[in-house]
Amino acid sequence: MNLYRYASPATFHPLAGRLVPWFAALAAALAAAGLYISFFVAPTDFQQGEGYRIIFIHVPAAWMSMFIYIVMAFWSAIGLAWNTRLSFVMARALAPTGAMFTFVALWTGALWGKPMWGAWWVWDARLTSSLILLFLYVGYMALQAAIDDPRRADRAGALLNLVGVINVPIIYFSVKWWNTLHQGASVSLTRAPSMAQTMLWGMLVMALAAWMYTIAVALVRARTLILERERQTEWARAVLKEEA
Amino acid sequence: MIWESWDAFWAMGGYALYVWGSFGMTLACIAGEVWLLRRQRRQVVSRLRRLQRFDSQ
Repeated sequence: MNLYRYASPATFHPLAGRLVPWFAALAAALAAAGLYISFFVAPTDFQQGEGYRIIFIHVPAAWMSMFIYIVMAFWSAIGLAWNTRLSFVMARALAPTGAMFTFVALWTGALWGKPMWGAWWVWDARLTSSLILLFLYVGYMALQAAIDDPRRADRAGALLNLVGVINVPIIYFSVKWWNTLHQGASVSLTRAPSMAQTMLWGMLVMALAAWMYTIAVALVRARTLILERERQTEWARAVLKEEA
Repeated sequence: MIWESWDAFWAMGGYALYVWGSFGMTLACIAGEVWLLRRQRRQVVSRLRRLQRFDSQ
Protein backbone atom coordinates (compact mmCIF):
# COMPACT_ATOMS: atom_id res chain seq x y z
CA MET A 1 0.00 0.00 0.00
CA ASN A 2 1.33 3.39 -0.92
CA LEU A 3 0.63 5.83 1.90
CA TYR A 4 1.70 8.82 -0.19
CA ARG A 5 -1.32 8.24 -2.36
CA TYR A 6 -3.52 9.50 0.51
CA ALA A 7 -1.66 12.79 0.57
CA SER A 8 -3.17 13.54 -2.82
CA PRO A 9 -6.31 15.69 -2.49
CA ALA A 10 -8.16 13.66 -5.14
CA THR A 11 -7.79 10.51 -3.01
CA PHE A 12 -8.19 12.23 0.33
CA HIS A 13 -11.56 13.84 -0.40
CA PRO A 14 -13.62 10.66 -0.99
CA LEU A 15 -11.68 8.68 1.64
CA ALA A 16 -12.31 11.33 4.33
CA GLY A 17 -15.95 11.44 3.30
CA ARG A 18 -16.27 7.71 3.95
CA LEU A 19 -14.44 7.87 7.28
CA VAL A 20 -16.42 10.74 8.83
CA PRO A 21 -19.61 8.77 9.69
CA TRP A 22 -17.53 6.10 11.44
CA PHE A 23 -15.64 8.58 13.61
CA ALA A 24 -18.86 10.43 14.36
CA ALA A 25 -20.60 7.20 15.41
CA LEU A 26 -17.63 6.22 17.59
CA ALA A 27 -17.64 9.67 19.19
CA ALA A 28 -21.37 9.42 19.98
CA ALA A 29 -21.08 5.90 21.43
CA LEU A 30 -18.03 6.79 23.56
CA ALA A 31 -19.65 10.03 24.77
CA ALA A 32 -22.76 8.09 25.82
CA ALA A 33 -20.63 5.58 27.74
CA GLY A 34 -18.50 8.37 29.22
CA LEU A 35 -21.54 10.34 30.39
CA TYR A 36 -23.02 7.21 31.93
CA ILE A 37 -19.82 6.61 33.92
CA SER A 38 -19.61 10.32 34.82
CA PHE A 39 -23.07 10.50 36.33
CA PHE A 40 -24.14 6.98 37.31
CA VAL A 41 -21.03 4.94 38.05
CA ALA A 42 -18.43 7.33 39.47
CA PRO A 43 -18.95 7.80 43.23
CA THR A 44 -19.37 11.12 45.02
CA ASP A 45 -16.05 12.74 45.90
CA PHE A 46 -15.43 12.85 49.64
CA GLN A 47 -14.02 16.39 49.48
CA GLN A 48 -15.77 18.10 46.57
CA GLY A 49 -19.15 16.33 46.65
CA GLU A 50 -20.95 16.20 43.30
CA GLY A 51 -19.21 19.36 42.09
CA TYR A 52 -16.15 17.37 41.06
CA ARG A 53 -18.14 15.78 38.17
CA ILE A 54 -17.06 18.78 36.09
CA ILE A 55 -13.72 16.94 35.87
CA PHE A 56 -15.19 14.59 33.22
CA ILE A 57 -15.47 17.54 30.84
CA HIS A 58 -12.73 19.81 32.13
CA VAL A 59 -9.76 17.44 32.01
CA PRO A 60 -10.48 15.86 28.60
CA ALA A 61 -11.14 19.34 27.14
CA ALA A 62 -7.87 20.66 28.58
CA TRP A 63 -5.97 17.64 27.22
CA MET A 64 -7.52 18.15 23.79
CA SER A 65 -6.75 21.89 23.78
CA MET A 66 -3.04 21.14 24.24
CA PHE A 67 -2.89 18.04 22.06
CA ILE A 68 -4.68 19.63 19.10
CA TYR A 69 -2.18 22.49 19.18
CA ILE A 70 0.72 20.01 19.09
CA VAL A 71 -0.87 18.20 16.14
CA MET A 72 -1.41 21.56 14.41
CA ALA A 73 2.26 22.46 14.94
CA PHE A 74 3.24 19.00 13.63
CA TRP A 75 1.27 19.49 10.38
CA SER A 76 2.67 23.02 10.09
CA ALA A 77 6.24 21.69 10.36
CA ILE A 78 5.56 18.98 7.76
CA GLY A 79 3.98 21.58 5.48
CA LEU A 80 6.90 23.98 5.80
CA ALA A 81 9.48 21.21 5.29
CA TRP A 82 7.93 19.38 2.34
CA ASN A 83 5.45 21.94 1.03
CA THR A 84 2.62 19.40 1.09
CA ARG A 85 -0.78 20.99 0.44
CA LEU A 86 -2.76 18.64 2.64
CA SER A 87 -0.59 19.34 5.73
CA PHE A 88 -1.50 23.02 5.82
CA VAL A 89 -5.14 22.15 5.25
CA MET A 90 -5.06 19.76 8.22
CA ALA A 91 -3.53 22.43 10.47
CA ARG A 92 -6.22 24.87 9.41
CA ALA A 93 -8.99 22.30 9.85
CA LEU A 94 -7.98 21.62 13.46
CA ALA A 95 -7.77 25.20 14.73
CA PRO A 96 -11.48 26.00 15.37
CA THR A 97 -11.99 22.72 17.26
CA GLY A 98 -8.85 23.38 19.32
CA ALA A 99 -10.13 26.85 20.16
CA MET A 100 -13.50 25.37 21.11
CA PHE A 101 -11.92 22.86 23.52
CA THR A 102 -9.71 25.58 25.04
CA PHE A 103 -12.78 27.72 25.64
CA VAL A 104 -14.62 24.75 27.18
CA ALA A 105 -11.63 24.03 29.45
CA LEU A 106 -11.56 27.66 30.63
CA TRP A 107 -15.35 27.84 31.03
CA THR A 108 -15.64 24.60 33.02
CA GLY A 109 -12.57 25.63 35.01
CA ALA A 110 -14.30 28.87 36.01
CA LEU A 111 -17.45 26.97 37.02
CA TRP A 112 -15.30 24.63 39.08
CA GLY A 113 -13.19 27.39 40.58
CA LYS A 114 -16.13 29.38 41.91
CA PRO A 115 -17.48 26.78 44.37
CA MET A 116 -14.08 25.20 45.19
CA TRP A 117 -11.75 28.22 45.37
CA GLY A 118 -14.30 30.98 45.73
CA ALA A 119 -13.24 32.73 42.51
CA TRP A 120 -14.27 32.37 38.86
CA TRP A 121 -10.82 33.40 37.73
CA VAL A 122 -7.37 33.99 39.20
CA TRP A 123 -4.21 35.03 37.36
CA ASP A 124 -2.44 31.82 38.21
CA ALA A 125 0.20 30.34 35.87
CA ARG A 126 -1.99 27.45 34.67
CA LEU A 127 -5.01 29.64 33.95
CA THR A 128 -3.03 32.44 32.34
CA SER A 129 -1.06 30.14 30.02
CA SER A 130 -4.33 28.42 29.01
CA LEU A 131 -5.83 31.80 28.16
CA ILE A 132 -2.76 32.51 26.02
CA LEU A 133 -3.42 29.20 24.23
CA LEU A 134 -6.92 30.42 23.36
CA PHE A 135 -5.44 33.66 22.01
CA LEU A 136 -2.93 31.65 19.93
CA TYR A 137 -5.77 29.67 18.33
CA VAL A 138 -7.83 32.80 17.70
CA GLY A 139 -4.76 34.67 16.43
CA TYR A 140 -3.96 31.85 14.01
CA MET A 141 -7.53 31.84 12.66
CA ALA A 142 -7.53 35.64 12.33
CA LEU A 143 -4.21 35.49 10.47
CA GLN A 144 -5.60 32.89 8.05
CA ALA A 145 -8.65 35.05 7.44
CA ALA A 146 -6.61 38.23 6.96
CA ILE A 147 -4.25 36.97 4.22
CA ASP A 148 -5.90 36.50 0.83
CA ASP A 149 -3.25 34.38 -0.83
CA PRO A 150 -3.73 30.88 0.65
CA ARG A 151 -0.08 29.89 0.19
CA ARG A 152 1.17 32.93 2.08
CA ALA A 153 -1.51 32.41 4.74
CA ASP A 154 -0.43 28.77 5.10
CA ARG A 155 3.22 29.70 5.66
CA ALA A 156 2.57 32.61 8.01
CA GLY A 157 0.14 30.52 10.06
CA ALA A 158 2.54 27.57 10.19
CA LEU A 159 5.29 29.82 11.52
CA LEU A 160 2.97 31.17 14.22
CA ASN A 161 2.05 27.60 15.23
CA LEU A 162 5.70 26.57 15.51
CA VAL A 163 6.46 29.52 17.78
CA GLY A 164 3.21 29.14 19.74
CA VAL A 165 3.73 25.45 20.50
CA ILE A 166 6.31 26.53 23.13
CA ASN A 167 3.30 27.51 25.24
CA VAL A 168 2.07 23.89 25.49
CA PRO A 169 4.84 22.54 27.79
CA ILE A 170 4.53 25.78 29.77
CA ILE A 171 0.83 25.01 30.39
CA TYR A 172 1.54 21.38 31.18
CA PHE A 173 4.36 21.99 33.66
CA SER A 174 3.01 25.27 35.07
CA VAL A 175 1.60 23.49 38.13
CA LYS A 176 5.10 22.15 38.87
CA TRP A 177 7.22 25.17 38.00
CA TRP A 178 5.16 27.77 39.80
CA ASN A 179 3.18 27.84 42.97
CA THR A 180 -0.32 27.68 41.52
CA LEU A 181 -3.79 27.63 42.96
CA HIS A 182 -4.65 25.06 40.29
CA GLN A 183 -4.12 21.53 41.58
CA GLY A 184 -1.35 19.32 40.22
CA ALA A 185 -1.85 16.61 37.60
CA SER A 186 -4.34 13.92 38.66
CA VAL A 187 -3.13 11.55 35.97
CA SER A 188 0.52 11.02 35.14
CA LEU A 189 2.47 8.45 33.17
CA THR A 190 5.09 7.98 35.84
CA ARG A 191 3.03 7.26 38.94
CA ALA A 192 -0.31 5.73 39.92
CA PRO A 193 -3.26 8.10 39.42
CA SER A 194 -4.41 9.90 42.55
CA MET A 195 -8.06 9.09 42.04
CA ALA A 196 -10.62 6.28 42.07
CA GLN A 197 -10.47 3.82 39.16
CA THR A 198 -13.99 4.63 37.95
CA MET A 199 -13.24 8.37 37.88
CA LEU A 200 -10.13 7.70 35.82
CA TRP A 201 -12.08 5.48 33.42
CA GLY A 202 -14.78 8.12 33.00
CA MET A 203 -12.17 10.71 32.06
CA LEU A 204 -10.35 8.41 29.65
CA VAL A 205 -13.56 7.39 27.85
CA MET A 206 -14.62 11.05 27.56
CA ALA A 207 -11.16 11.95 26.23
CA LEU A 208 -11.43 9.18 23.63
CA ALA A 209 -14.88 10.50 22.62
CA ALA A 210 -13.36 13.98 22.24
CA TRP A 211 -10.65 12.49 20.04
CA MET A 212 -13.11 10.77 17.71
CA TYR A 213 -15.20 13.96 17.56
CA THR A 214 -12.12 16.04 16.70
CA ILE A 215 -11.09 13.67 13.91
CA ALA A 216 -14.63 13.71 12.46
CA VAL A 217 -15.04 17.50 12.42
CA ALA A 218 -11.45 18.12 11.26
CA LEU A 219 -11.98 15.74 8.32
CA VAL A 220 -15.22 17.50 7.34
CA ARG A 221 -13.48 20.89 7.51
CA ALA A 222 -10.45 19.62 5.58
CA ARG A 223 -12.70 18.24 2.83
CA THR A 224 -14.41 21.59 2.38
CA LEU A 225 -11.08 23.47 2.36
CA ILE A 226 -9.50 21.10 -0.14
CA LEU A 227 -12.52 21.31 -2.44
CA GLU A 228 -12.33 25.10 -2.35
CA ARG A 229 -8.64 25.12 -3.17
CA GLU A 230 -8.80 22.51 -5.91
CA ARG A 231 -11.96 23.74 -7.55
CA GLN A 232 -10.27 24.06 -10.94
CA THR A 233 -9.16 20.44 -11.07
CA GLU A 234 -10.93 17.60 -12.82
CA TRP A 235 -11.78 15.67 -9.64
CA ALA A 236 -13.21 18.72 -7.86
CA ARG A 237 -15.45 19.46 -10.84
CA ALA A 238 -16.72 15.89 -10.77
CA VAL A 239 -17.43 16.09 -7.01
CA LEU A 240 -19.31 19.38 -7.43
CA LYS A 241 -21.46 17.87 -10.16
CA GLU A 242 -22.47 15.02 -7.86
CA GLU A 243 -23.05 17.03 -4.69
CA ALA A 244 -26.11 19.24 -4.72
CA MET B 1 -28.11 3.54 41.11
CA ILE B 2 -26.14 6.02 43.19
CA TRP B 3 -28.91 8.66 43.21
CA GLU B 4 -31.86 8.44 45.58
CA SER B 5 -34.20 10.19 43.15
CA TRP B 6 -34.21 12.15 39.92
CA ASP B 7 -34.57 15.34 41.97
CA ALA B 8 -31.37 14.49 43.78
CA PHE B 9 -29.71 13.85 40.41
CA TRP B 10 -30.71 17.24 38.99
CA ALA B 11 -29.74 19.02 42.24
CA MET B 12 -26.17 17.58 42.05
CA GLY B 13 -25.71 17.96 45.79
CA GLY B 14 -26.11 21.73 45.55
CA TYR B 15 -23.68 22.11 42.61
CA ALA B 16 -26.41 22.09 39.93
CA LEU B 17 -25.48 25.50 38.48
CA TYR B 18 -21.81 24.59 38.13
CA VAL B 19 -22.19 21.00 36.90
CA TRP B 20 -25.05 21.67 34.45
CA GLY B 21 -23.48 24.96 33.41
CA SER B 22 -20.35 23.02 32.40
CA PHE B 23 -22.05 20.14 30.60
CA GLY B 24 -24.63 22.46 29.03
CA MET B 25 -22.05 24.87 27.60
CA THR B 26 -20.01 21.95 26.22
CA LEU B 27 -23.10 20.54 24.51
CA ALA B 28 -23.95 23.98 23.10
CA CYS B 29 -20.40 24.41 21.73
CA ILE B 30 -20.43 21.01 20.05
CA ALA B 31 -23.91 21.51 18.60
CA GLY B 32 -22.88 24.97 17.38
CA GLU B 33 -19.71 23.70 15.74
CA VAL B 34 -21.53 20.86 13.95
CA TRP B 35 -24.24 23.27 12.76
CA LEU B 36 -21.66 25.81 11.48
CA LEU B 37 -19.72 23.06 9.69
CA ARG B 38 -22.79 21.79 7.85
CA ARG B 39 -23.80 25.30 6.84
CA GLN B 40 -20.26 26.06 5.65
CA ARG B 41 -20.14 22.88 3.55
CA ARG B 42 -23.47 23.73 1.89
CA GLN B 43 -22.43 27.34 1.24
CA VAL B 44 -19.04 26.41 -0.23
CA VAL B 45 -20.51 23.73 -2.49
CA SER B 46 -23.21 26.04 -3.83
CA ARG B 47 -20.73 28.90 -4.36
CA LEU B 48 -18.29 26.65 -6.21
CA ARG B 49 -21.11 25.29 -8.39
CA ARG B 50 -22.10 28.84 -9.29
CA LEU B 51 -18.47 29.63 -10.16
CA GLN B 52 -18.30 26.50 -12.26
CA ARG B 53 -21.41 27.45 -14.26
CA PHE B 54 -19.97 30.93 -14.69
CA ASP B 55 -16.65 29.49 -15.94
CA SER B 56 -18.30 27.22 -18.48
CA GLN B 57 -20.35 30.02 -20.03
